Amino acid sequence: MAATGEALTPQGYIQHHLTNLSVGEGFWTWHIDSLFFSVGLGVLFLWLFRSVGKKATTGVPGKLQCFVEMIVEFVDSSVKETFHGRNPVIAPLALTIFVWVFMMNFMDMVPVDWIPSLALAAGIPYMKVVPTTDLNITFSMALGVFVLIIYYSIKVKGISGFVKELTMQPFNHWAMIPVNFLLETVTLIAKPISLALRLFGNLYAGELIFILIALMYGANWALSTLGVTLQLGWLIFHIMVITLQAFIFMMLTVVYLSMAHEDH
Amino acid sequence: MNINATLLGQTVAFLLFVWFCMKFVWPPLMNAIEERQKRIADGLADADRAVKDLELAQAKATDQLKDAKATANEIIEQANKRKAQIVDEAKAEADTERAKIIAQGYAEIEAERNRVKEDLRKQVAVLAIAGAEKILERSIDEAAHSDIVNKLVAEL
Repeated sequence: MAATGEALTPQGYIQHHLTNLSVGEGFWTWHIDSLFFSVGLGVLFLWLFRSVGKKATTGVPGKLQCFVEMIVEFVDSSVKETFHGRNPVIAPLALTIFVWVFMMNFMDMVPVDWIPSLALAAGIPYMKVVPTTDLNITFSMALGVFVLIIYYSIKVKGISGFVKELTMQPFNHWAMIPVNFLLETVTLIAKPISLALRLFGNLYAGELIFILIALMYGANWALSTLGVTLQLGWLIFHIMVITLQAFIFMMLTVVYLSMAHEDH
Repeated sequence: MNINATLLGQTVAFLLFVWFCMKFVWPPLMNAIEERQKRIADGLADADRAVKDLELAQAKATDQLKDAKATANEIIEQANKRKAQIVDEAKAEADTERAKIIAQGYAEIEAERNRVKEDLRKQVAVLAIAGAEKILERSIDEAAHSDIVNKLVAEL
């Protein structure tokens, strides 16, 4: 599945699959495919849940409503177990993260060549369909969470409280302020970075393995048969990974925000 | 995989989605869930109350049945008593009636006897006079001796 001008080599194939469709130069490059799929899936999620929410009956719910309510209740109970304050933002935030990340991860389940082939037939040279394998996507979500962490830290504890938290811990002595500040800043910065990189790493690796398995189909029939088995196995295993990663992203967000709300 | 403007676009999208979810998705779903939870809780409470009500009603019914039985027994007893009373009264009445009838009978019999006695006396007197007449036909003047005969009649 080589793009225009690329030779059909394993390297070229992998390279092609890992290249975003982009416009712009330098920093002002936009990954059209990542944005398209992530926003599309986000809109799909919001539209689906919104339409169910509008039609929601308090009587006997339909199957779709049951499904949606199951997810909502699952997220709600997870949030309630972890986050003990009262904040109307946390639960919807967690729901958005969980479902959206799951849906973006789920694009990984689509066989790796389907959408890029279609795109190529339509004249689009590159198409990377799993938004969470784009570091920009995972980082932007982590950044959003990071902004919320700082916002709520300052809102709950005040600027002085937040500064005190950064400088007077873990060693409560004025002489230790630089050390404390260094430690606490690293702790703070590590939160969004770990969030973003964990999701990105897992999904990127998963996608890469799918691509490597897909490479086997180009070889002889024995390797192709093996490839089918491997793909199926990896797919089943990956179902767990994508769900788990969505859940971890959500839970860590809730935990970080819960920590932001706690006054030491 | 270099960091670029996609980051900004996605951040905006993320914040918008979270805002939308918070405003338009979460509340109706949560309301529906909570409303249903409340209804189920109410339903369960109602069921509990109904069971309690049923128990109460059964206890009440048993009580009333017992009361009814007691009342019935009382009524039967009273009826029995009344029956005995009526029978006694009737007996007493019948006794007095009988006594009255008997007394009346005796009186009638007495009157009849007196009448018959009178008749007989009269007939005996007539017979006696007739006999005496027959015996004394020729010698005795009826007119001269009628006072003696009358005296005899009175003595009878």
